[in-house]
Amino acid sequence: MNNNKYLREELLRQSGVNPKKCMKCGKCTATCPAFDEMEYHPHQFVSMVESGDIEPLLKSESLYKCLSCFACIDRCPRGVEPAKLVEAVRLSVIRKQGGNRLSADDVPSLLDEDVPQQLLVSAFRKYSK
Amino acid sequence: MKVSYFPGCTLKNKAKDLDLYAYKSAEALGVTLEEIENWQCCGGVFTTAKNEVATKLSSVRALKEACTKEQPLVTVCSACHNVIKQTNHAMQTDKDFAAKVNRYMNEDGGYSGETAVYHYLEMLRDLVGFDTLKEKVVNPLKGKKIAAYYGCLLLRPNSVMNMDDPENPTIMEDFIKALGADAVVYSMRNECCGGYVSVESPDLAKNKSNAVVNNAKAQGAEMIITACPLCKYNLVKNGADIPVVYFTELLAEALGVKEDTNE
Ligand code: SF4
Ligand code: SF4
Repeated sequence: MNNNKYLREELLRQSGVNPKKCMKCGKCTATCPAFDEMEYHPHQFVSMVESGDIEPLLKSESLYKCLSCFACIDRCPRGVEPAKLVEAVRLSVIRKQGGNRLSADDVPSLLDEDVPQQLLVSAFRKYSK
Repeated sequence: MKVSYFPGCTLKNKAKDLDLYAYKSAEALGVTLEEIENWQCCGGVFTTAKNEVATKLSSVRALKEACTKEQPLVTVCSACHNVIKQTNHAMQTDKDFAAKVNRYMNEDGGYSGETAVYHYLEMLRDLVGFDTLKEKVVNPLKGKKIAAYYGCLLLRPNSVMNMDDPENPTIMEDFIKALGADAVVYSMRNECCGGYVSVESPDLAKNKSNAVVNNAKAQGAEMIITACPLCKYNLVKNGADIPVVYFTELLAEALGVKEDTNE
């Protein structure tokens, strides 16, 4: 829990999110297009980081299901911007040595004739450092 | 009118049409797109973390070049536009970030977000004018029922992108009408196609893409237009059974500058 205190601070600082503004209305989660695939939903990222219960998030597949659609950012009535926390938690995982989710060796198997460059560069931004 | 232009890596490869027709149409409208020299890939997605610096430098370099030339910076790809505009906003509002970037780039005069960033659609609306565009149409697309697909990146986050009402946008519909066609309005037009997650979770992308296409079709659409190569890819790959085309291709057709390419 002690280490989590520093992690929590870092996550809040680099995301710029103030979880105390959240009124737990669940709108972010209701609008999230990745809802069905997520074990922890955007509003849970907010409350779990706030309470320091961050370990489960670090291990969760939910980190890689967020589409960066910014819907939860725009539709939160309190301006909490949950996706910035999802991003911050994901970065704290992939920035660690060995934390990459995607490697260049994976690319050939992902390619089909029509794959736009944008797809690969975006996936690398999100899944690797 | 001359503007700086950031094409982006996809427009030089898989989305050549988006680029080619953007050039031709701009010319027909009296706008010269001056390509940024030595532009580098924007990275495709904006990283919201404040301490992420290196990945945003290519955007700042393009912005700085446009600033030096005293030109607005125009983008066509939704993703490039989103990344560059969000980076510009960070340069304007986040002093810490701007200081780090400027120290790293070490360029004369530095940069602090002076350049005006326009998406090509905004250029048509705000610099050319949809009325002028309408007058230049030689090939009105009469009777065509076209659905605009905004997706996420053109509109959100609205506090930064500031293109249109993010929940009830009109810019693409006005564009369609200026070309003489009928705009089909449908509720999923600003929802996500699944984006880059199609790399790992193709089913998620499939669900999202199909929901968009089915909704557009239910409202009578015969064609969908987009500004985003990844939206197009996801929609087409997941079985869209109406054409999904770049908005610039439609524009070139209406302006009579689309050459037959035997496709
Ligand atoms: S940005 Fe991520 S968490 Fe937020 S609504 Fe979109 S997919 Fe869900
Ligand atoms: S929409 Fe905003 S206020 Fe409501 S639960 Fe989500 S983060 Fe909290």
